[in-house]
Amino acid sequence: MTTLTAPDRPAEQVAPALRDADVQPGHGRPALLMMAPFLVLYLLFIIGPTLYMVLMSLFDTSLVKEGLGSWAGLGNYAEAFGDPAFWESMWHTIWFTILTTPPLVVLAFVLALLADRVRRGRWFFRLAFFLPYVLPSAVVALIWMWIYTPELGLLGRFVTALGFTEPGWLGDPDVAMWSLALTTVWWTLGFNFVLYLAGLQDIPRELYEAAAIDGAGPIAQIRRITVPMLARTTSLVVVLQVIASLKVFDQMYIMTSGGPNFSTRPVLEYVYDVGFTDFRVGYASAVSTLFFLVVLAVSAVWVLLTRRQEQGL
Amino acid sequence: MQTDHRVLSRRSLLSAVLAGAGAATLAGCSTPVGAGLANTPLDPGTVEYWDLFGGGDGLRMQQMVAGYRAANPGIPVQAVTLAWGNPYYTKLSLATVGAKPPNVAVSHLTRMQTMQQAGLLQELRPEDLARHGMAAEMFNRRAWEAGLIDGRAYAIPIDTHPMVLFYNTDICDEAGLLDDAGALKVLEGPDALTDAFTKAQQVTGQFGATHGINADPASCWRIFHTMYAQLGGQVIADEGTRVVLDDAKAQQVLEYLRTLTVERKLMPGAIDYQGAIALFAAGGSGFHINGEWEISTFQTAKMPFGMALLPNVFGGTYAVHADSHTLVLPRRDDQTREQLDLSLGFIRALLDQSMTWAEGGHVPSWMPVADSDAYRKLTPQSNYAAAADAAVYDEPAWYSGSGSNFENVMGSAVGAVESGQLTPQAAIAQIRSQLTALAALPSPV
Repeated sequence: MTTLTAPDRPAEQVAPALRDADVQPGHGRPALLMMAPFLVLYLLFIIGPTLYMVLMSLFDTSLVKEGLGSWAGLGNYAEAFGDPAFWESMWHTIWFTILTTPPLVVLAFVLALLADRVRRGRWFFRLAFFLPYVLPSAVVALIWMWIYTPELGLLGRFVTALGFTEPGWLGDPDVAMWSLALTTVWWTLGFNFVLYLAGLQDIPRELYEAAAIDGAGPIAQIRRITVPMLARTTSLVVVLQVIASLKVFDQMYIMTSGGPNFSTRPVLEYVYDVGFTDFRVGYASAVSTLFFLVVLAVSAVWVLLTRRQEQGL
Repeated sequence: MQTDHRVLSRRSLLSAVLAGAGAATLAGCSTPVGAGLANTPLDPGTVEYWDLFGGGDGLRMQQMVAGYRAANPGIPVQAVTLAWGNPYYTKLSLATVGAKPPNVAVSHLTRMQTMQQAGLLQELRPEDLARHGMAAEMFNRRAWEAGLIDGRAYAIPIDTHPMVLFYNTDICDEAGLLDDAGALKVLEGPDALTDAFTKAQQVTGQFGATHGINADPASCWRIFHTMYAQLGGQVIADEGTRVVLDDAKAQQVLEYLRTLTVERKLMPGAIDYQGAIALFAAGGSGFHINGEWEISTFQTAKMPFGMALLPNVFGGTYAVHADSHTLVLPRRDDQTREQLDLSLGFIRALLDQSMTWAEGGHVPSWMPVADSDAYRKLTPQSNYAAAADAAVYDEPAWYSGSGSNFENVMGSAVGAVESGQLTPQAAIAQIRSQLTALAALPSPV
């Protein structure tokens, strides 16, 4: 985070210097050459397939036939817009994002704040909160499936011991999405936590000392110093989190298969179902393209946000 | 200038090294990767074989391939195992479309038809089969005929894997459900089954029976299909272009299943596949409904159990949901007669080891083994051998078959009834609307 070095050097002065370095004669080709391995792979495996996806979305491409198939025009898009299953799955993805983003941002912030203040054994708290993040999604899903298992599961035993009736953690369509969200928060909190910890270490201690001398209490210090100084970290965390949540697939695919009765099927599983199970790659590409546009829009919002923040400094 | 020269020579050295390494890799055509990169076939004379078996089935299949290797030391076999379901079928389809298919591959009978319609399979002509001692009448008739398309064969069935009834012998003994020989008494009719589950529940204090419901539409569909077919019902017709669901029959089955879970709580209505197995294995239920392939799980758990045919609940002609594993020859334009004979010989060798396969619970399709004394003596596996003759398969459509969206649509609605989220009427309406949408789509194959 370059928050503190930027203010005394206006952006306009930095930019020309960089531009000069850019056009220094004879440096362009080696630079390109050095980047070539990355560029080739990026073109081959990201840009190429993306363009091919957009192309396929205009055809009735089949997974089990050669070539693109017959021309469909915008027919695949029209079908997606007219299919309630598409809208349902799109809503499930957005609902999951709404359920997971606020806790994953707020909790990560609070835990980072607490871990940063610990005097002894700080490494332990850092490790403890970050550790679940290193687990693969399949492992997390299997652990939580056992925790949620009715009649035998840990959580069910706990709740019934307290005298409540056990909810159908993954079996009740009204509860299943919350259960998936809880699993995801436990699993991915560590990433945002680390970003916030790094942000906190960028804040100079003198600011807090000066504030303390002026009589600011801990709450005032957090409100007036920590939160504003972490504004850029927060916008980064929020946007990364929204994108990560929109991309949800693994947890549902493994834990509920999108059920019960399709109530947790995210849009990516819908794409998987129509593309790989039904062999309708053309239609699946159209849905993917629509989803791509949604993620692109979220990323564009972030770019605008950070630009505004940079100009504000 | 001198500098430039040196740079150039270093570069040329590097590229020479790279080119050399590449050539060395490509020269290794006997490896699938090398062959793929160089766009050449594997060494002719190799049998490349793909399957989708994990767990106990995976081990037994490895034994059978090892048996072939031991008997044919001169023939190299490349056996590849891929994950069951979509990952397998997409790879098999794409490899065939991309002209790099294996010589022999496993396919579910209900999936093989879609591949055939897409033109990805070779026809198995009687004269070719005869050279290896195979003929239609040497296979289980039901499995063989279910695999025919317009009267032609495209797949060799190796088994029938039906849904069966697992029972805990200790619990059923205590509940008075066993006969003098220690086998489960015959349960016929809806009341007999409900009664047996109730007695078992009184012993366990938890449940009478379990089957996977959560995240397991396939199990829900298989059980529904068994009972619905016993009533003579059909779901789709004309290659999936018409929905012929019989509402009255479907409602009768759904109401019965709902009674077992929601009303009488004889079965848990919200348990997943593994949970249903664990509850049965831990003595929490006296019965468990699943495919026979779970036999290894309960043998490993060292629990006292038996296996029987799923009862004829609704009294019509006996029917039970099943599928078959088949061996297919993916299409390849460069097929020589020698290679074809090699592949068919490999298939025959696997069939001859059907006894090994039967230990995993599957009913062998190869009649020389199915009719043998050795198989009859194999219990509890042979208790339900009659299921092969009464097997009902998914009705053919491009969107039906093992692990398909058809099973997902049917099973999700059935599961929602069993867990009490949908009434039978609402479930039937949902099935009808989702299937009608699928039936109206042009086939992608």
